[in-house]
Amino acid sequence: MFAFIVSRLLQALPVMLAVSLISFAMFAYVGDPVAIMLGQDYTEAQREALVRDLGLDQPFFVQFWEFLKNALQGNFGLSYRLARPVADLILERMPATLELSFTAAFLALAIGVPMGVYTGLYRNSWLSRFFLTISLIGVSLPTFLIGILLILVFSVWLGVLPSFGRGETVLVGGWWTTGFLTVSGLKALILPSITLGLFQMTLIMRLVRSEMLEVLRTDYIKFARARGLTNRAIHFGHALKNTLVPVITITGLQLGAIIAFAIVTETVFQWPGMGLLFIQAVANADIPIMAAYLMMIALLFVLINLVVDLLYYLVDPRLRGSLAGSGP
Amino acid sequence: MPSDAPGVELQTSAPLRAEARRMGRIARFLDSDLWYSFSRSPLTVLSALVALTLIGGAVFAPILAPHDPFDLATLNLMDAFNPPAWMEGGDPRFLLGTDDQGRDLFSTIMYGARISLFVGFCSVIFAMTLGVTIGLVAGYVGGTTDAVLMRIADIKLTFPAILVALLVDGLVRAALPRELHDRVALWVVIFAIGISNWVQYARTVRGSTLVEKNKEYVMAARVIGLSDARIMTSHVLPNVMGPVLVIATLNLGFAILAEATLSFLGVGVPPTQPSLGTLIRVGNDFLFSGEWWITVFPGITLVLMVLSVNLLGDWLRDALNPKLR
Repeated sequence: MFAFIVSRLLQALPVMLAVSLISFAMFAYVGDPVAIMLGQDYTEAQREALVRDLGLDQPFFVQFWEFLKNALQGNFGLSYRLARPVADLILERMPATLELSFTAAFLALAIGVPMGVYTGLYRNSWLSRFFLTISLIGVSLPTFLIGILLILVFSVWLGVLPSFGRGETVLVGGWWTTGFLTVSGLKALILPSITLGLFQMTLIMRLVRSEMLEVLRTDYIKFARARGLTNRAIHFGHALKNTLVPVITITGLQLGAIIAFAIVTETVFQWPGMGLLFIQAVANADIPIMAAYLMMIALLFVLINLVVDLLYYLVDPRLRGSLAGSGP
Repeated sequence: MPSDAPGVELQTSAPLRAEARRMGRIARFLDSDLWYSFSRSPLTVLSALVALTLIGGAVFAPILAPHDPFDLATLNLMDAFNPPAWMEGGDPRFLLGTDDQGRDLFSTIMYGARISLFVGFCSVIFAMTLGVTIGLVAGYVGGTTDAVLMRIADIKLTFPAILVALLVDGLVRAALPRELHDRVALWVVIFAIGISNWVQYARTVRGSTLVEKNKEYVMAARVIGLSDARIMTSHVLPNVMGPVLVIATLNLGFAILAEATLSFLGVGVPPTQPSLGTLIRVGNDFLFSGEWWITVFPGITLVLMVLSVNLLGDWLRDALNPKLR
């Protein structure tokens, strides 16, 4: 088990290196930080001094090494636009994005899996057809349009839910702000999390459905029926359990997509998270924030992939033997 | 109805099939399994009609549109915020109402759909060319080249496409001077969406190339001394293109959505060439003052476009998959 984790981490290392190389190249070759920091009036001596201070006269790999050392300490320099440390900016925005993303993922799973099981078991009922139609619309509607339509109906026409912001937040543990503990925070969370989770929900539903259809045809299900087990035991104990491996993979990978699409949702709802910060950075060519966001997302994805692999290990006993054999 | 087209009943009999072979191109197409499964699915026919209408409206927008939304001389700010023609206060000149600058929404949507479709098609073609080339080279050459290319594909897959498109767009924005960027913005978006979406083509083509390259016709081509490049392009390529076309159809919907998303976020096509996404973003500002039509109609157009393209893609995938017949 331990060897497995270590080997996975070693595999993730080249990915992180490649991503940090891209981030660094963004710093080094896109835009001119010296010109931005000096402003309009400067002498050649001032310029050279600044270049030396920033270490820009060093060879590429020395600079890259410095960049890596700084990045490992969470130091990504100052935002060009806001003139504040990038790490602080990202840290103070992170709770908002993570709370939104996890709520969306939870909604997607909690609604998508039962819908998938139902449509798989009763494939010809009208309710199943209804769910499938909804899922088709869910796949074809862009995230931002879902958000706009929800705002139009629930904020503008009905006026029951807020259309922007996080509501009141509470400070927990010194730096984590949470909207889970206030009524206005929870109300503000409803529309954005539905917007963000709808696509994933339809995806999970379709996946569970097709897996269920596949599994229900297998011999061991027939055998379970022949043994006289209850439908409940067969459907949930035998069938659903065996659909979980692909569901876990896709959900895990989709968690990354959720965090990426949080950019769009956050823009629609003016949700003060990392996505909004990133999109403002893209629009203003604020390279330090873009580079730091890229590194952080890469790290997050590597961690998610690791957790997904570990979950496989827990869910599918067949993997345990082969992994033990292949470990170093 | 297409289902009583000549030749549909000729499916089974061998002499009649030979007869069918002598028929013209169109008749042969009407006799094919593809047309048969198409004409038997009302939903597919409907989505094809919707897609054709939208594409037609977009392509011929300069001829068909009742107003020219970019002709400043005809714009009148007095016409701004007119509701759709059937609502109270609506103006019969403007079927779907007008936007904040007094432009006819119906015409603006036609021009917007034109930009959306153009970006969609171009980025799919770009992604396809890039992906097919990489997949073909990786599968045919093999070895280290294959390993490196597929590692790059893996790393690319680690990130969601929309994020990659955003990053590429942001990088180009930072690298180019502002005036230059505004002029080439459309191509930047096409490049960004294409680059975020080639992996699926590359993987599929690589897989089929690995199978094809060990077949006898490839060996025969090698024996008669053709160059590797020649074998790849004129022998292997035609045999691996089938699934690629299906992926391309399915990806067209994605590309249109990606463009709309980028434009909605304000980093896509320039405001001087508004696509459907740009129109939705502009309309979003007026949602609270009650002018819902500025957002909703471009939104409906976008959804119809993507939905019909996706349904066509789904059908094509199923129709070309012999396992499902």
